[in-house]
Amino acid sequence: MIIRNSAALIPLILLFTAVSIPIVALKKKQIAFFMVMIATSLSVIISFYNIFRVLKVGTIHYHFGGWIPPIGIEYVLDPLSSFICLVINVIALLVLIHSKKIIEMESNIKSVPYYALVLLMLTGFNGIVLTGDFFNLYVFLEICSLAMYGLISVGGKQAPVAAFRYLIMGAIGGSFYLLGVGFLYIKTGSLNMADVRSIIPHLYDEPTVIVAISLMVIGFGIKMAVFPLHGWLPDAYTYAPTTSSALIAPTGTKIGAYAMLRTLFFVFGVNYVSKTLHITDILAWLSAIGIIYGSIMAIAQKGMKRMLAYSSVSQIGYIGLGIGLCNPLGLIGAVLHVMNHAIMKACLFLVAGNYRVKLGHSNIFKLNDNIRKKMPWTTAAFTVAALSMIGIPPTLGFFSKWYLALGTIKNSSWIFLAVLLISSLLNAVYFFRVLEKVYLKPMSSNDLEEPNMSKNSKADEVSSSALIPVLILSVALIILGLLNTIIVKGIIEKMIPAGM
Amino acid sequence: MNIQSCYTSFVPLYAILVSLLAVPLIIFSSKKKNLREFWTIGASLIKFGLVISLIPNALLNKTAEISIVEISPGIELALKADPFGVFFALVASGLWIFTSFYSIGYVRGLKDKKQTRYFSYFAICLSSTIGVAFAANLLTFVVFYEILTIATYPLVIHKEDEKSIRAGRKYLAYTLTAGSLLIAATALTYQITNNLDFKAGGMFKGIALTPNMALVLFLLFLGGVGVKASIMPLHSWLPTAMAAPTPVSALLHAVAVVKSGVFGIVRVALFVFGPKLMYELGLNNILVVFAGFTIIVASLMALKQDNLKRRLAYSTISHLSYIVLGTALLSSSAILGAIMHIAFHATMKITLFFCAGAIYVNLHKENISELNGVGKVMPWTMGAFAVGSIGLTGIPPVNGFVSKWYIGLGALQANNLIALIILIISGLLNAAYFFPILHRAFFRSGENLEGKKEASPFMVVPLVITAMLAVLLGIYPDFLFHFYHLAAMVVTNVLGVIS
Amino acid sequence: MINFFLGHYGYWFAILLMCLGLYGAIMKKNLIKKLIGMTIFQTAIIIFFVASSSKWGATVPIFDEKIGVANTAKYINPLPHTLMLTAIVVGVATMGVALALVITTYLRYKTLDESVLLKRMKKDNDN
Repeated sequence: MIIRNSAALIPLILLFTAVSIPIVALKKKQIAFFMVMIATSLSVIISFYNIFRVLKVGTIHYHFGGWIPPIGIEYVLDPLSSFICLVINVIALLVLIHSKKIIEMESNIKSVPYYALVLLMLTGFNGIVLTGDFFNLYVFLEICSLAMYGLISVGGKQAPVAAFRYLIMGAIGGSFYLLGVGFLYIKTGSLNMADVRSIIPHLYDEPTVIVAISLMVIGFGIKMAVFPLHGWLPDAYTYAPTTSSALIAPTGTKIGAYAMLRTLFFVFGVNYVSKTLHITDILAWLSAIGIIYGSIMAIAQKGMKRMLAYSSVSQIGYIGLGIGLCNPLGLIGAVLHVMNHAIMKACLFLVAGNYRVKLGHSNIFKLNDNIRKKMPWTTAAFTVAALSMIGIPPTLGFFSKWYLALGTIKNSSWIFLAVLLISSLLNAVYFFRVLEKVYLKPMSSNDLEEPNMSKNSKADEVSSSALIPVLILSVALIILGLLNTIIVKGIIEKMIPAGM
Repeated sequence: MNIQSCYTSFVPLYAILVSLLAVPLIIFSSKKKNLREFWTIGASLIKFGLVISLIPNALLNKTAEISIVEISPGIELALKADPFGVFFALVASGLWIFTSFYSIGYVRGLKDKKQTRYFSYFAICLSSTIGVAFAANLLTFVVFYEILTIATYPLVIHKEDEKSIRAGRKYLAYTLTAGSLLIAATALTYQITNNLDFKAGGMFKGIALTPNMALVLFLLFLGGVGVKASIMPLHSWLPTAMAAPTPVSALLHAVAVVKSGVFGIVRVALFVFGPKLMYELGLNNILVVFAGFTIIVASLMALKQDNLKRRLAYSTISHLSYIVLGTALLSSSAILGAIMHIAFHATMKITLFFCAGAIYVNLHKENISELNGVGKVMPWTMGAFAVGSIGLTGIPPVNGFVSKWYIGLGALQANNLIALIILIISGLLNAAYFFPILHRAFFRSGENLEGKKEASPFMVVPLVITAMLAVLLGIYPDFLFHFYHLAAMVVTNVLGVIS
Repeated sequence: MINFFLGHYGYWFAILLMCLGLYGAIMKKNLIKKLIGMTIFQTAIIIFFVASSSKWGATVPIFDEKIGVANTAKYINPLPHTLMLTAIVVGVATMGVALALVITTYLRYKTLDESVLLKRMKKDNDN
């Protein structure tokens, strides 16, 4: 039974656990964390199993309730969806292991409802990735969005405002998507992705279809934080508590990217969106602007979390650029960067969280090299992640940029190539600034005073539950970098849609 | 025609790994200084031994190859110990032994902090340098080249004062930009040829390459490797990086980093584009112009410097372009001379830097104007300095004469009289900026030198040995390491295709 | 031409509401007004969907013996209605979360004006 239903199990397990946490953990709050661990570990195991099954058997269609599509809702496991599902679940597991320490420390987070919301959000993510039905995607999109608003709002004083602004933009985005689905339904009469794909070739010239695509792309764009629809991101990532940022930043925007990939390439067809409609060109240009904009804004920031938020805008631009290039190498670069950015950002936000645990803040200009003496492992992990963001081999970051560069050259898009390379240098600027601060003695007096720092330099590293996920993520960057061909040839090359 | 045969061997990989494996050992024995230094010395000796073991086969044109892992569909992280690679690896690993001993004397003499960081990052740098030397294809080259950039940064900023940190930032700005250009060039090459393996005589055989595309590609490569090779106007990071401690300047900025850059230029010119293509498209003229300009202007700027290390830095910039000039002339003697100059200049320059460091540690003097009478107090040090200076000026019997002679011969072979004149003028300029130092040291009397004696043997012994090596190589260029034959093998591999 | 407007007046109405809602959500500074705008926008989409399901001369999709099963053109399309049930619930839930956030914001900052809030947020401890 498990094997037959494996496609659907992940959202169901997560949903069931999410709903039962408030009930079961009513008396003993510690059970909540335990249940979360079980649920996410099961999800990871099932995701691994799914990937291997898909690689052996091919695309798997799962009909919910036995109803045959297009009447029934189906879940589709193909290399793309199972890969992204795996990445999301693994990152979630590692971040949640780290969360134990954070939740203990933050006094204004009630652990039981918080964990329930986390699992709801993960249900939403997994549902979006696995589903093969447009309206089902909307449902899960709204589930995860609502959970995200809640998770962000339990941060500092400014958090509810940031969450509210995200809510407005996110709800509008979801509604745009819904409207697009409506237009599509009016014309095609079907909500099933595979069904729509077979009907669309007859409808290429219909203005309704063009409007539908545009609305859906805008909706996904808001979720994915493509420039200029990224306005909600900096505040949301900055003011959210550490675990929320670390959960949402690596995964939340990737869902939008996945949905965009799925809709543009697998439903509407590569040739249609790129040659006839030129949507991918627009996406590529906006992403390129976003790359530069995000990097420049990141340089201007004083707080580490805000810097990482703008850096995310820039990195999402890479993924958007990869999608917009519309060729196999660009797609490989984009999907590899999905995994790469997820690992890097999770590592970086968790490091920022570790600093907040020990120092009470993560303001860059207040850091000094006592931190390296007190928290050597955390800082080492930060260094590896920073090198990966800049794109130094042999970390994974170099390779996703390498594939993207090859993709831009294949299209003879020299401006995009220049954008890629310039952004690596801009990344170096703001990351080395932090590295200078933590590795070197204070240089001049324009650094802020840090009264809380004790002068002894004994190591005072965070506890192992907070340290091990960080280390695993940073080591993964190097190992996956060297072995990236296994992933590229094993899974990603199988994802390339027909027509590329 | 020389046919290269290959065989699989782990030795190149071990040569890279041995110093990487030493790093955790160094870190964990940071409290016990002598044990920590033992790991460094041990790793350097083993590395040198491994590289030497590759010489016999390289002389027979049998290359040891190993492919480590596939890092991009169709491209592997692969190592190949061809004669050129073995040549450069010899220089780097051999001189590391001397630098390690010298470093011990230097950092302990200055009671530096962060010595563990110093020794561990030095080991990583040497790993990446050997990686650059043995890289079998462009992507492997890029990987190790970038690792070298990052690994040298902590060494540049070692002193952690404001000058060092600024020097580090400038260094990174230049080298990371260059890295981006190099990646772009590699990606473009892959798009054109679909295969990134270095081939003696050029990768583009049988592939249509429009002159415009070739020019753009060449300029991108030049920007990519030219920064580390300090070709003007990409050179200005090097004098600023003299804020680093002297052993760092000595090894990295006279041997490892800059020589990696020049190594890269030779690889690009002779193994990517190939002499035939370079000549047909006139690309070598671009190199000749840049190199010639750099040689003269750098020497002129050296004349103006009072800080000893800065003068040596500009001298390095000038001599690196000897190698570029030799490669650009594309004739057999010129390339031979250029490759030999990689090794010979390294021996001489490292001697000079070691002397500068010894003077600093011993007498706390940095400027040439303060060096009056030093020769009487530190005779061995200044004697070695004299040997190095004579060699760089191009006077026998020091080895600098040999490489310069061959480059000059090559200029005549290539009918390039201007290059010959540049070499002669540069020789005179070298004399002009070195001999006054010797004059001050030996023939003037200094103040405040009572009671001072020679520097610590940890520092003096290495520099005397390197100076003696320079002389021995000048008399018999094939001495011990077969530099001459290795270089000759490279030339036949590269040019033999045209014949 | 007339038909284009009159025949689709349901859609035109929905689009008008959407524009009003978007305007409110984006341009208004008061948080409650933004919320109202967003809700109007979502409701407009619901109206749009429901309008799309209607057919001329058709009746509600409950089985009627006089019409029978085979003649589906006489029944309006029930699918968008069911989809919109979900959308309505989503809208309600979103409004609930939004109101909770607004209340918390007011308790902390004592204002609901967005520009004032943003200024004060910047002044607070930035991290």
